[in-house]
Amino acid sequence: MGEAMLKDRTAIVGIGQTRFAKSLDEPEKTLACRAVLAALDDAGIDPSEVDALASYTMEETDEVELAKSIGAGDITFFSRTGFGGGGSCATVAHLAMAVATGQASVGVAWRSRKRGSGVRPWTNTGVQLPTPAQWTRPFGLLRPADEIAMLARRYMHEYGATRDHLFNVALACRNRANQNPAAVMYERPLTREMYMDARWISEPLCLYDNCLETDGALACVVVGAERARDCRQRPVYVHSVAQGLPAQHHGMVNYWNDDPLTGPAWTAARQLWKTADLGPQDVDTAQIYDAFTPLIPLSLEGYGFCGRGEGAAYTEGGALELGGRLPINTAGGGLSEGYVHGFNLINEGVRQLRGSSTSQVPDAATCLVTAGEGVPTSALLLRN
Amino acid sequence: MSVTGTSVTETVNAGGGLVDGLLLPWPDADGEPFWQYALRGELRVQACADCGLRRFPPRPSCPRCHSFADTWQQTSGRGRIWSFVVAHPPLLPAYAAQAPYPVAVVELDDDPAIRMVGTLTPSVRRPDAPWNAVPVSRLRIGTPVQAVYQILTPGVAVPRWALTSP
Ligand SMILES: [Zn+2]
Repeated sequence: MGEAMLKDRTAIVGIGQTRFAKSLDEPEKTLACRAVLAALDDAGIDPSEVDALASYTMEETDEVELAKSIGAGDITFFSRTGFGGGGSCATVAHLAMAVATGQASVGVAWRSRKRGSGVRPWTNTGVQLPTPAQWTRPFGLLRPADEIAMLARRYMHEYGATRDHLFNVALACRNRANQNPAAVMYERPLTREMYMDARWISEPLCLYDNCLETDGALACVVVGAERARDCRQRPVYVHSVAQGLPAQHHGMVNYWNDDPLTGPAWTAARQLWKTADLGPQDVDTAQIYDAFTPLIPLSLEGYGFCGRGEGAAYTEGGALELGGRLPINTAGGGLSEGYVHGFNLINEGVRQLRGSSTSQVPDAATCLVTAGEGVPTSALLLRN
Repeated sequence: MSVTGTSVTETVNAGGGLVDGLLLPWPDADGEPFWQYALRGELRVQACADCGLRRFPPRPSCPRCHSFADTWQQTSGRGRIWSFVVAHPPLLPAYAAQAPYPVAVVELDDDPAIRMVGTLTPSVRRPDAPWNAVPVSRLRIGTPVQAVYQILTPGVAVPRWALTSP
């Protein structure tokens, strides 16, 4: 049971998704089933073989409903990870742990969401009220965008980051979406003028600093490395995994941490690299959780791609674009492909390592995927 | 703890958590004293009765010495702006009516590790000023502020931050 217990012992062998749109007719449960069945078909595994399930605590389709709809066999492992978008990579991490330790053999992770046509959580007065919101909501800080904007302004103040740096992030994601027919923003280019003239949401963040509101569902299939070699697709190995909840963290607002600008990414990163044979310098492409643009420079620092305070400058000179130093969010990310709580970043990481991305990084052999920053988070290091 | 006889939690519950469409604090057992002291115009923070460590937000036990004994220490109510945002719609209707409005995180002079969220008002004499009463051009990180208390509804007061610079 050394540190290498999990290393490359499991692989993602199937991915599936529905269409992404502002509004889809089908209910979340139906979308979830479609994505899961598509992922199993992609893997060439019969649904009756599924014995492990993992999703987010905010997922409306529960394990019982999903298992009976897809015709799963007996389930021997199931898990839910909390904290919204922070749970994305943990779904795969938990399945990898379950499969590697013999608790199950075929795991499915999924997320189905109707955020585009459904209710935004922060417009529901009821969900605003319970503690710990007593320390933010009655003071007018209502939305995740406000909470991250607070960190963003401080970050800009401390390190000289500018709106142009945030634009670099938004543009890289949009450019990749413009290459991806499945992306919500496929045929909608972004210009600097559009960005600078956009309406504010929470200054210093404007419309284009915020992710899309999207309907859609995604899923992936995790099996042991041995079995993976017999599947339909090239296996994408789960090299290392991590979760991160920093000391004295307070969800969304890291304001009471000793150092609010070193969020959950730092904690997850230390664990991720500790159990990996690789370091940040070995990462060919990264799918970094982008509910808001400032999460990218903060995450670049947290995961060690640059030093403290250097994340904004890192985005200069096309570094995040295809052909740049670290192409990110190559399907368009939450900002421009679709916002399905970060699950689309996992599937895009798999496509990159299969060589089937619409913005393929040549010979990509390693991909970092991260979950929501600002909340207790998780991360995956994938390799082929 | 109850300073007034009725807990803030009971008052907030009775009103359904809202007054004129604005969200009231929904205290838990740990937070209740903070809101009780706010009603008296005092900005107090929880501190460990054994080792003295101040902690915010309030919680049952001391993260350093694990004591469950606490006290509530008075602060000067003075601080400076650590960061701020300006919120624009889409917002809940009662908030959209006042938007765009600034919200700050303030670090306390007495203990800069304790930061508090709050709306702003132009002066200590105007605890009830509209949320958008401070021109954003007056706000900087580092701007000094002083806590004042707005009565949102009888039995519930919320601290706000008044600019104290000339
Ligand atoms: Zn103590």
